[in-house]
Amino acid sequence: MKRRDFLKGAVGGAVTLCGAGAVEARPNLEPADNAVGMLFDSTLCVGCKACVAKCKEVNDMPPTIEGDLNAWDSARDLSAETLNVIKIYKNGTAKVKDSETDGFCFEKRSCMHCVDPGCVSVCPVTAMQRNPITGIVTHHPDLCIGCRNCMVGCPYNVPQFDYNDPFGMISKCQMCNQAGVERIDKGMMTGCAEVCPTGATLFGTRKELLKEAQRRMALKPGETYSYPRGDLSNPSSPHEKEVPLYQQHIWGEKEAGGTNVMHISAVPFDKLGMPPLGERSASSIAEGVQHALYSYMALPAIALAGLAHVVRRNTSDDSDGGES
Amino acid sequence: MSVNDFDFSKLEKRLGVSRRTFLKFCTGVAASMGLSSQAAMAMAEAVANPKKRPPVIWLHGQECTGPTEALLRSEQPTLEHLILDLISLDYHQTLDAGAGHHVEEIKRHAMEANKGKYLLVIEGSIPVKDGGIYCKIGGQTMLDATHEAAEHAAAIVAIGSCASWGGVPSAGINPTGAQGAPEVLKGKTVVTIPGCPPNPANFLGTVLYFVTYGALPPLDDLGRPKWAYGRLIHENCYRRPHFDAGRFAEEFGDEGHRKGWCLYKLGCKGPETYNNCPSLEYNNIGGGVWPIGVGHPCFGCSEGGVGFHKPLFSLADVKTHTPPNAFPLIEDREGNEGMSTGAAALTGAAVGAAVGASVIAAKKLGEKEASSSDEQQS
Repeated sequence: MKRRDFLKGAVGGAVTLCGAGAVEARPNLEPADNAVGMLFDSTLCVGCKACVAKCKEVNDMPPTIEGDLNAWDSARDLSAETLNVIKIYKNGTAKVKDSETDGFCFEKRSCMHCVDPGCVSVCPVTAMQRNPITGIVTHHPDLCIGCRNCMVGCPYNVPQFDYNDPFGMISKCQMCNQAGVERIDKGMMTGCAEVCPTGATLFGTRKELLKEAQRRMALKPGETYSYPRGDLSNPSSPHEKEVPLYQQHIWGEKEAGGTNVMHISAVPFDKLGMPPLGERSASSIAEGVQHALYSYMALPAIALAGLAHVVRRNTSDDSDGGES
Repeated sequence: MSVNDFDFSKLEKRLGVSRRTFLKFCTGVAASMGLSSQAAMAMAEAVANPKKRPPVIWLHGQECTGPTEALLRSEQPTLEHLILDLISLDYHQTLDAGAGHHVEEIKRHAMEANKGKYLLVIEGSIPVKDGGIYCKIGGQTMLDATHEAAEHAAAIVAIGSCASWGGVPSAGINPTGAQGAPEVLKGKTVVTIPGCPPNPANFLGTVLYFVTYGALPPLDDLGRPKWAYGRLIHENCYRRPHFDAGRFAEEFGDEGHRKGWCLYKLGCKGPETYNNCPSLEYNNIGGGVWPIGVGHPCFGCSEGGVGFHKPLFSLADVKTHTPPNAFPLIEDREGNEGMSTGAAALTGAAVGAAVGASVIAAKKLGEKEASSSDEQQS
């Protein structure tokens, strides 16, 4: 009955705390005013993987070679040495581009750079940070304790730990602005947006990209649209293409508080492996609960009291037993 | 009679080529069509036997005579001899020695005499607007001439993009209502040899097949012989590895262009054009002489809706991806079956050690507890 008593004490304490109405969730964080981001338009992606190759070049990472027969980069998903990967959605005969049935389309996997990032919220130190100006979610290996909480906290499975290295580190896309690269600070765009031949990966500020995505949602399928390429604020020659039948959904406009890297597609996002997310960010809820539990060290104090109670009961039991 | 017993002396005289050159040519054609060397011998025999030569009626519509000119300029050894000796060319407006009503008379006569046996070749598009008045030959509209000649033809071949799907005359607003032969001759099998101009080898191979076997080679749904148009240019292009690696020439003369990188970003239509240019190059000139070979993006001249329709430097829609290019599926995860043996052994050892240690610890604890209770009881 010792364990039971302990739990009773602890639960009682928690109930008291809740009754006091201390749990108050904070609202979602707002996007940084000049947050930079990217817009990935799946209907423009032709699967050339120029972005994957460029990403490895910028980050000085080796190709991921699967199997003994391949001699080229063939990463299957994000890993400690792959921060960006192009995946395929296939259905039936896989003949028609951007068709949900009997079709195929490409999907980019890289950090979404959440406005209210889960990885930053769960990090017990400050190894994961959201840059207040650019909105970029950065990782600081000199602070990281290697707990890998961020891997659990991320709904997109982005932060990856290097299990092959005894001193393994977390790796994630930092929008080409990590120390030693700093492409954004230098006024350049991300590597993947720079090399994308069709403008499927477009760089820009979150505000402008969101406007561009909304413009595309409003286009009539079949008409020709001049798709900007490269950096939205200073685009290279446009790519003229017939407008596909877009899903009326900008992934990252609102999902879990929004993301700075947004996706649009002609195939529903659940088919493209996007997790079911509401508008509320998990960190806004979790932080509310967590911070409330620990406010004024109330919960630890209650837990201590519970423990003390159990210890006291046990010792008196023992003495009772001794007397009898 | 097997081809080995065949007396080639007459043929050598007739065609002005050596037996060796002739057999080499037939083997080359058969090989490029994916046929066996036996087929090459059968072709050689068919060509050598003058009785098998089919009469040919060759019509010209709206076009620049490019396909005929390309055939005549072929670098294939004495191709013009072969093509003219392979078939009995009864009517061809560019090559006929005669002119005027006299030639038209010969055409009608040849069609009447060879009913159901002649090969009809159509070069150039056919205008259908306003009753087809925009193209007339000897007072007859091309539209009527086409229907008339097609009625009793043994086989119909449309040579060039104009005849295959409309080509240049059908571009833009298409003021004359130009159409390709398959659209005009609905319900009839029309072999199309698109290209602007088409590779003479594609035409010659198809005709040789017809002459040898008396039937048409396998065709795709647009009437194109599968042996020549079965694959995207992108699939066999020697710049393809650069595409797969994401290395693109950004502009003419830049570093990537000089290094022979992929021309996709310069508007290459290879990823949406079906043709055998990368493997045959153009007209047997050799030395990498075809558009992509000399550093210019493919224009998609043979593909309906691409050549003359899409802007020269606009990006192509990549029709399909073929190996070696491969993509992970959405649900694929890195290393979910890829744990190395060493790592597995190490993990196993660590887990085993932990389990062992806890068992021992538990045992010791148990012993301690037992001995302490013994003490209490005593």
